[in-house]
Amino acid sequence: MSAAAISVSEMQQPWSLPYRGKVAMAGLIIAESAIFTIFVIAYLFYIGKSLTGPAPREVLETPIFYTICLLSSSLTIHYAGKFLQRGERGPFLSLWSLTILLGGLFLFGTAREWHRLIYEDGLTISTNLFGTTYYSLVGLHAFHVTVGMIMLLIVAIFAFVGRVGRGHSRRLEVLSLYWHFVDAVWVVVFTVVYVLGR
Amino acid sequence: MSSNAITVPGIRIEGKPLVETLHEWITTVDHKRLGILYVIYALGFLVVGGVEALIIRIQLMHSHNDFVSPQVFNRLFTMHGTTMIFFVVMPVMFGFANYLVPLMIGARDMAFPRLNAFSFWLSAFGGLLLYFSFLGGSGLYGAGNAPDVGWWAYAPLGARAFSPGHSSDYWTLSLLVSGFGSIGTAINIIATILCMRCPGMKLGRMPLLVWLYLVMGGMVLIAITPLSAAQIMLLIDRYLGGHFFDTQAGGSAVLWMHFFWIFGHPEVYILVMPAFAFCSEIIPVFSRKPIFGYPAMVAASVAIGLVSTSVWAHHMFSVGMNSYANTFFAITTMAVGIPTGIKIFNWIGTMWGGRIQFKLPMLFCLGFLFQFLIAGLTGIIQATVPVDWQLTLSYFVVAHFHYVIVGGILFALFGAFYYWYPKVTGRMLSERLGKWHFWLFLIGFHVTFDVMHIPGLLGMPRRIYTYEPGRGWDTLNLIVSIGAFIQAVAILVFVWNLIVSYFKGAKAGNDPWDAWTLEWSTSSPPPAYNFATVPVVASRRPLWDLKHPEDPDSQYE
Amino acid sequence: MQRVKNTIRTEFYSVAFLFCCMATAAAADPSSTNVFAPQSTPAKSIFHLSLFVLAITGIIFAVVCTLLVYSLLKFRARSSSANSEPAQVYGSTQIELAWTVIPILIVVVLFMATARVVHAIQDAPMPASAVEVTVIGHQFWWEYRYPQLGVVTANELHIPVSDPAHPTPTFLQLLSADTDHSFWVPELAGKTDLVPNHPNRMWMDPEHTGTFLGQCAQYCGTQHAKMLLRVSVDTPEDFAEWVREQRQPAVADERVSAGKRVFETTACINCHSIKGTVANGRFGPDLTHLMSRSTIAAGAALNTPENLRLWIQNPDAIKRGSLMPAMQLSKSDLDALMGYLETLR
Repeated sequence: MSAAAISVSEMQQPWSLPYRGKVAMAGLIIAESAIFTIFVIAYLFYIGKSLTGPAPREVLETPIFYTICLLSSSLTIHYAGKFLQRGERGPFLSLWSLTILLGGLFLFGTAREWHRLIYEDGLTISTNLFGTTYYSLVGLHAFHVTVGMIMLLIVAIFAFVGRVGRGHSRRLEVLSLYWHFVDAVWVVVFTVVYVLGR
Repeated sequence: MSSNAITVPGIRIEGKPLVETLHEWITTVDHKRLGILYVIYALGFLVVGGVEALIIRIQLMHSHNDFVSPQVFNRLFTMHGTTMIFFVVMPVMFGFANYLVPLMIGARDMAFPRLNAFSFWLSAFGGLLLYFSFLGGSGLYGAGNAPDVGWWAYAPLGARAFSPGHSSDYWTLSLLVSGFGSIGTAINIIATILCMRCPGMKLGRMPLLVWLYLVMGGMVLIAITPLSAAQIMLLIDRYLGGHFFDTQAGGSAVLWMHFFWIFGHPEVYILVMPAFAFCSEIIPVFSRKPIFGYPAMVAASVAIGLVSTSVWAHHMFSVGMNSYANTFFAITTMAVGIPTGIKIFNWIGTMWGGRIQFKLPMLFCLGFLFQFLIAGLTGIIQATVPVDWQLTLSYFVVAHFHYVIVGGILFALFGAFYYWYPKVTGRMLSERLGKWHFWLFLIGFHVTFDVMHIPGLLGMPRRIYTYEPGRGWDTLNLIVSIGAFIQAVAILVFVWNLIVSYFKGAKAGNDPWDAWTLEWSTSSPPPAYNFATVPVVASRRPLWDLKHPEDPDSQYE
Repeated sequence: MQRVKNTIRTEFYSVAFLFCCMATAAAADPSSTNVFAPQSTPAKSIFHLSLFVLAITGIIFAVVCTLLVYSLLKFRARSSSANSEPAQVYGSTQIELAWTVIPILIVVVLFMATARVVHAIQDAPMPASAVEVTVIGHQFWWEYRYPQLGVVTANELHIPVSDPAHPTPTFLQLLSADTDHSFWVPELAGKTDLVPNHPNRMWMDPEHTGTFLGQCAQYCGTQHAKMLLRVSVDTPEDFAEWVREQRQPAVADERVSAGKRVFETTACINCHSIKGTVANGRFGPDLTHLMSRSTIAAGAALNTPENLRLWIQNPDAIKRGSLMPAMQLSKSDLDALMGYLETLR
């Protein structure tokens, strides 16, 4: 069996459905948002409830520079994608690499902050409720940044050997979506930890 | 089994070596084969979970029984609940989704076949990991075994202090792993439905089964993940010295409960949505009428999906939330009963004015209707919070949710088996064995679960390995246990039917039920590519249009 | 057709059976943990609300079932109609509206009744005449402290009867020393959980004297099943007498000093308290007035010398998996200890 009777007007409209890569990434983003929401709720719930140990305002330093790095990486990845769509591989690769650099800077900043918190301020995940919720939330985000970085690096390697072209635009757009999501989560985490939590 | 080989006389075709067949199945990315794998996996665990239930029921047959020790009993009820929910109903529903959704939307396969296979094997591994706990749970102090903290693993019972060894870790890890598999499948289902429909199949022309799986997939994305998050937190508590649920450090046991039930309540709607889906396909065909109120059914399904995310704390009415919180959750719980009731009315409306055929798929769906109605009403009873202060944590609740899951979901599932088995295997299931299955299971179900409400009303709490004589619970528990054995026999008859009919069942042909959705337009079983040419549809019932060209649905929609 | 009738008959019998059982439950006498036999205001409010909601759900059930059964009978396929299809009806907006609006109205009514009773029970103010008890849940026993009366006891709760004219309700503050528990004495009140780091409150005002049974309702570990509750509702005079006795320190009897020494020099004092002695452990029940209780091990066994002896030597025989260790005492030590314990009235 194949065709059934359909109206003439229907036949004239092209049958187009969304790109499945984007839909799948949207689904993944929704699921990940739910995970982050739970960690954010735990963080908010436990603000001020630690029985001991360093409090947020005593030890937290707002990471403005590294935040700017991460958020601007969203811009660079966006424009990298635009260049690739037009087939301009050189600019694409430059911006893509810049994205990786900015993401790497962010991770470096997180590592530096954690080093200071652990070795100078004595705050670990087991110190108190603040420690537990802080490292979990920021750590979960950093984990997602790391996964994103690995994906970006894989693309960069393929791009450097000349294997990434215009035809890959759609797929790279899907990856960009993930990267934008990671940045959006950082906006929330930053607000909760460094603004509200203090 | 899934190819339409053309027989040419005079040519001898050799059978494939067993190893090659196994290899094909293990490496398959075909949605039909993965669907079958999911279902067989689930049936295996159904038997395991059922045996656990039977042992529980033997122990509870009379007061102060000592068929099993309290430690073994506590593991049994934990494993029974965890197994049935995560390794029976979830996989079987994903299995049906995998098999049916692409066929019903006229697609060649799911959107991401390899993700499909990966998700299946991930979930399957989770189940095996859980059962490995019987062997590996001991840990350093020899204190562990299978998990025994209940399938909710309430804090602080799940903490290191109260759950030494690794038994709780097996619970946590196996569910984390299979949870990721579920998320993968849900993403796949949603992407398939939104992106792979055949031309002409607008959203408003999809079969209701497809709609319900779309809602179910969305719910999996936002319901399973809170459990994953909570389990990560539990692992941090247990292994990194975290304090998420450490009450000694100011942590909150109630927070675990909130996180768990934010998962747990939508989870049971995730389990029941496919049951609604099956009934929405079967009842119209055996009433010989289209579903009554398709738009209302879609709206009700979406409404149930949304509202069910706001009712979770009705599992926590005795925990000591303030009166405003309690009343909020009472109203949302009662509210979710409204779209659910609408669906029941629409199914009756479908039957009304029809020509009802009492074939086996329909018999099971009628059982579903009747029992789901009762289950919903006992749910409303418990939504009246003060009454729930008596009924919660008692056998009344146990009776209620088994009424939903066994009397509702499992009955609808049996109906689905009898309806689609011919499509999957090309053979009809035996009517005679089916009747035995139906009647035995119906009787056993009612003997057990009708009576089970009463010990709850007489003060019997749940999760107790034994009870005092003189409370009036002995005879009632004995009756409940007898019913369990009757159900067990019925399940064996069913499994036997599945096996025997595969070899000896009557040939089914493309469309044994004279149905109207796309899967019945292709052969039974379908070829690997599903459809020789991409179908084009103009209404919700494309096969009705073909069979009744003088009166197609497309004129009326 | 016969098949249809059989199906319907089975379904109806099972439902009738269900309701008969529930009605019998209400009338059944020997069980004193019957939700339908309330003896105190909270339990009574719940009982009346439950009748209301049962009536509503019963009517809904009857109506929907009638429609279901009627449709099965009237619209079953007959052989004469084998080859024709019935009228293909797609839906009806009016009908959809009707069966949306009516359930909404039912829900509104039910919700208002619910909210009223929730508020009445949960937000009831504590009168000055109330008796206050702090209940601390342990794995697998109950600790009771009466802060105003200076009483500390375990497992068997004594409260005064409450005369409706001059109410003397008992207000319980619920705490936990370890995991979650739940205090459920069905005839006196709905259950409320004991959650660590989350104090809860409940109350009851029994109007008749007597003994009321219940048990822990929130799974708390291996011996959750034998964490039983025993509430003795006394006349005001009996209650005052009980309080007076419980406030006394342990009887100091020279004749059992050997047993007292066994108690004080083995590990007993790590977990147990006896008022007026050096024993002040908090992990296990207070034993100052052990012999005033009719059961031991939170109701797992009657308080007889044989059971007490067995409990000390081999607790797993009575309550397997409880946190009482087997004390490994020699026979002479155990005999002396028993002599001492039996003086703790």
